[in-house]
Amino acid sequence: MDIWVSILLTIATAATPLLIAAIGELVAERAGVLNLGVEGMMIMGAVGGFGAGYLTGSPWIGVLAAIIIGVLFSLLFAFMTLTLATNQVATGLSLTILGLGLSGMLGTSFVGLPGQRLPNLDIPGLTSLPVVGRLLFGQDPIFYLSIALVIAVTWFLFRSRTGLTMRAIGDSHTSAHALGISVIGYRYLAVMFGGACAGLAGAHLSLVYTPQWVENMSAGRGWIALALVVFASWRPWRVLAGAYIFGAIWIGQLHVQAIDLSSFASSSWFIYQPIALIKSLPSQFLSSLPYLATIVVLVLISRNKRLTMMNTPASLAQPFVPER
Amino acid sequence: MMRIELVKRPQRSALFSMLSPFIAFALTLIAGAIMFAMLGVNPAKALYAYFISPLTEVWQLHELAIKAAPLIMIAVGLSVCFRANIWNIGAEGQFTMGAIAGSLLPVLYPDLQGAYLLPLMLLMGMIGGAAYASVPALLKARFNTNEILTSLMLVYVSQLFLDWVVRGPWRDPMGYNFPQTVQFSSAARLPELLDSGRANLGFIFSIVAAVLVWLMMSRMLKGFEVRVLGSSPRAGRFAGFSIRRMAFFAFMLSGALAGLAGISEVSGAIGRLQPVISPGYGFAAIIVAFLGRLNPLGIIAAGLVLGLTYLGGEAAQSSLGVSDKLARVFQGMLLFFVLGCDTLIHYRIRFVGRKAPAPETVPVQEGAH
Repeated sequence: MDIWVSILLTIATAATPLLIAAIGELVAERAGVLNLGVEGMMIMGAVGGFGAGYLTGSPWIGVLAAIIIGVLFSLLFAFMTLTLATNQVATGLSLTILGLGLSGMLGTSFVGLPGQRLPNLDIPGLTSLPVVGRLLFGQDPIFYLSIALVIAVTWFLFRSRTGLTMRAIGDSHTSAHALGISVIGYRYLAVMFGGACAGLAGAHLSLVYTPQWVENMSAGRGWIALALVVFASWRPWRVLAGAYIFGAIWIGQLHVQAIDLSSFASSSWFIYQPIALIKSLPSQFLSSLPYLATIVVLVLISRNKRLTMMNTPASLAQPFVPER
Repeated sequence: MMRIELVKRPQRSALFSMLSPFIAFALTLIAGAIMFAMLGVNPAKALYAYFISPLTEVWQLHELAIKAAPLIMIAVGLSVCFRANIWNIGAEGQFTMGAIAGSLLPVLYPDLQGAYLLPLMLLMGMIGGAAYASVPALLKARFNTNEILTSLMLVYVSQLFLDWVVRGPWRDPMGYNFPQTVQFSSAARLPELLDSGRANLGFIFSIVAAVLVWLMMSRMLKGFEVRVLGSSPRAGRFAGFSIRRMAFFAFMLSGALAGLAGISEVSGAIGRLQPVISPGYGFAAIIVAFLGRLNPLGIIAAGLVLGLTYLGGEAAQSSLGVSDKLARVFQGMLLFFVLGCDTLIHYRIRFVGRKAPAPETVPVQEGAH
């Protein structure tokens, strides 16, 4: 029983950064902005969060710093794509390239240092409950925040007036502009929210998941988060489901790589053989599973062309220059 | 508060079209100087070490050609994709797969010596790159899958595949357990051009590729098709051009060129397969493509500039003790500035002071339908 609880806990830890980054990108894309810089903002959040946590000794300040850095980085993107109407795909890419380079440069002095870790929740009486105790009441604070974010974003997009406006802008910026809505202003806010989330996701990587700084530690998670948004057809709850599926794949392949085959020697043939087969695969193949799974999932989702077109925000990635 | 407004020009500005890469480079230098100052390094000395000192001796020019060759080859292919509004950002993966496919012969049959060996390796490299690029192309054409994400995911897969190849089946049995293949025989190495340095035939390939693609884009129907489908897919459809076929064509062309770059790098500068064969050429080539204004001849110049950022990064690391990641920072900034300056081609920028709300905008009322 205990092993399953700990596996579920590690899956939640792996899924949380994906979930947070994807929720942020979802809001930006609902407003019609495609920000391919998630990976860059995330890694900047990771290095900033680690650095601030290490220098001040407080992981909380680390989290705050990561969020601020994420927002600042997203502002750079927003200024380019919204104010100067540059190509969103290319600008997002340059944000990622810049983020990977800058984080590597800033992080050189952090390599190998012991980091701060955000403490897990500990409620006397509740956390020590069998099975559900640690799952519900003993995880890291950012995990709870990620669930709260899903609920809040769902409410915001589908129950609030501002959310409705945001979605209208994403579907037709010209109509929204004709109604006198500040398209650029709303989009700035949406992109900044995405940046804050990506920064927070980075903080989770370097302050919870593996409390240390490793170059390129985001390892493509920002890109997987982008794929999750498509997979979820731009719906927050489906992002949650997708993030946990990918978390499970990520953790699953790590567990299989670490498993000791001899401990299954006494198991029945039907258990031993499949495990032996998987163990005989090269570890690099197992490591590539999350990326291959992303491709498979994208293909499955996009096969239905009509459904995809119905769900995609209609003015996604289209530059908008208000006519005056 | 000051606001920035874009005012559309009646027609694209030829002046800024020409100037924008230069303005972008100048802005990058300024931003770089500021960054060096913040790092506590004398900016003038640092910029000299970064951008001038790697060009002062003849052998260094050879190194520049070595760095620029793969960048130009890849970027030329990408420029066709980007012109057609097709986003292949997985060139790094196609580069890797081209290198692996091209290394098949020299690794498995190290005794081959004939003059046919090198051309065959280059051909296999191009096929390897094109085959790998055909995956996102096929998925886009058949299932309408977003090519940005699929081509990028395949980069990670290709790097893991290379890692497996050099640690597993292709590892040099006499190599003291180092993760690398056998050294290629001299018949499998790209010949060097001159005695004064290491530059090899790869640089010539890159120039030829750029000129050929330039001819295609400016003188042939195919180039016209690329431009029409890229700027107006609807008009392209009426002209009988197919977006699906174009996606295939652009991916295969850019994949083949990236694969050629991969095998040229391995058979030229490196001489064997190892876990890391590229300092991010596939991504830097995206910047080269934009800095060269998606024009193959411009890309030659842009490739030399980006090659210089790599050399400068190495030089600055040894002479100033700053991180070699600086190269990537410069590359990222350069792309930012290029994209920003390109706005000036289509728009004039107007700074507007605070003004009263325009009377003709109707305020949206609460609860109004």
